[in-house]
Amino acid sequence: MSANLWFALVGAGLIALAAFTFFVQTHLLRRIFAFNIMGSGVFLIMVGMAQHLRQTDPVPQALVLTGIVVAVSATALALLIFRRFYALSAAVTLTQDNDTLGDSYEQEPRQ
Amino acid sequence: MNLIPFLLVIPLAWALISLLLPRLPIGPIALLGMLVQSLATALLWRSVQLHGAERYAIGDWMAPLGITLVADGLTVTLLAITALIAMVCAFYALFYLRSHRHEARYFWPLFWFLLASLNGIWLAGDLFNLYVGLELVTFAAVGMVILSANRQTLAAGLRYLYMALLGSIGYLLGVALLYSAYGTLDMRQLAELIEPNWTTHVAMLSISLGLLVKTAIFPFHFWLPPAHGGALAPVSALLSALVVKSSFYILARLWLDVGADVLPVITAQGFGLIGACAIFYGGFKALQQDEIKMLVAYSTVAQLGYLMLVFPLAAGTAPEHSMLAWQGGMLHVLAHALAKSAMFLSVGTLVLAVGSKKIDALAGISTRIPLSLFAFGLAGVSLMGLPPSGGFNAKWLMLQSAIGSGQWHWVVVLSLGSLLTATYIFKVFRVSFDQQAIDSGKGLVKRAPWGMELSALFLAGLAIALGFAAALPVELLSLPEVESSLMEASQ
Repeated sequence: MSANLWFALVGAGLIALAAFTFFVQTHLLRRIFAFNIMGSGVFLIMVGMAQHLRQTDPVPQALVLTGIVVAVSATALALLIFRRFYALSAAVTLTQDNDTLGDSYEQEPRQ
Repeated sequence: MNLIPFLLVIPLAWALISLLLPRLPIGPIALLGMLVQSLATALLWRSVQLHGAERYAIGDWMAPLGITLVADGLTVTLLAITALIAMVCAFYALFYLRSHRHEARYFWPLFWFLLASLNGIWLAGDLFNLYVGLELVTFAAVGMVILSANRQTLAAGLRYLYMALLGSIGYLLGVALLYSAYGTLDMRQLAELIEPNWTTHVAMLSISLGLLVKTAIFPFHFWLPPAHGGALAPVSALLSALVVKSSFYILARLWLDVGADVLPVITAQGFGLIGACAIFYGGFKALQQDEIKMLVAYSTVAQLGYLMLVFPLAAGTAPEHSMLAWQGGMLHVLAHALAKSAMFLSVGTLVLAVGSKKIDALAGISTRIPLSLFAFGLAGVSLMGLPPSGGFNAKWLMLQSAIGSGQWHWVVVLSLGSLLTATYIFKVFRVSFDQQAIDSGKGLVKRAPWGMELSALFLAGLAIALGFAAALPVELLSLPEVESSLMEASQ
């Protein structure tokens, strides 16, 4: 078994674990973690399986770098919205309840 | 001079201006920017119409490490509809945001970022750029959903963001597998190399699941209604008209353009089946809503289902039926974009005028605010698929394809879906034309700004006019073939 295949297998394992967590857990922070681990799994597959030319292929490396930047920004955005949501509702999970739209938002524009 | 980079540079420049110089009158400046953007789009449209598809390598870096942008017939059509709807929404927002000062500060930068990333998706020539575009669209769209920053919109925004991130992971995983199998990300090269094997199937399954989540196709639709129904009116219009179409565009490009030969008939029929479920489920849910914006949001869930019918009609059928389905599907993208943005804008005006989001509150408004209700009705005509309208032409092409290829079950779905659409549209009219409420003087409303009423009416008029001018986009859709035949001739 080559090292590259090993990378890919570990990546697939990480994705499976994280996807399980993402669907089972309701805590929003845990789901952000799960998203990040899923991302790492995909990056492992990218650097692992995509090196099929017996030499280092620069394209997957560039993709993973870009992917990491995107994942970091996504995490930052999710954390920011979560903080604000937590401050307003003191809830750490999304329930049907806090999706119900109040009748008030059109009438009470924030000045 | 190649115009392609300008379509990305203009919105990014305006985004920076509105972000860094908020003291300037960024609303009117945005309208000026939209005029420049529309001009660039129109010039590119003309040039592609005359000379065929164009390619542009950013910074002269060639693929695979460089970024190639491609403008073919489908791309310029989508660029044009994006610029058009964004311009009208910007005009509408000028009036609408007067009562939303806080939101206006961040609306404009996000609006421009959204426009830039949408254009990035339409123009992308490789799979990884599409990924970056998808993520940028998500960030801008989520930002726009949570503009009001109250508990409900934040919850809707979080739900949207989480599902969108899950979708992008699925997409990225598929792209990684495709690259490992074929060693290229360029869609044109991939179309020549791709063959039906296990890697391809797993990769395409992963990509499809990811994009279905992002497009909010049943059963992954649950994040859409709170996000689209809870956002500000111009935001809802942009999201329902353009943002969900971007991930569908990638799905359609990948299956029908790149992977046309590897799409198993059973998968295509499966796509059609979930589309049919979306049409009926979305329609029934729309009928049950008592808030007008949620009704329109569930209508989007239903209308997105029609798009999925393109796959069973286009895959594994005779070329002429396949072409009809492809044209019908893309026409439906345009018609729905115009009609749904018109509908969300007119509903935004109605809600502002009566001061409530309940459908019951619209009792008797037919005589008080007729122009917006008329715009809602015109948009409804196109959604129902009544002639003459863009929606009618789209559904007509799809019906012809279904009948021609002998797939009668899709004919039933298409017809029943239109009936269901009519039911929930008329639910609004039954309330608003309530004679008792009119006589008793109910439905006294605040005056709505003329600009808001006119914007919705303009878009609704265009949705109808598309019924007469459908030949124009349909003709452009066949341009990619022109390009490839030219390529073969030159080689």
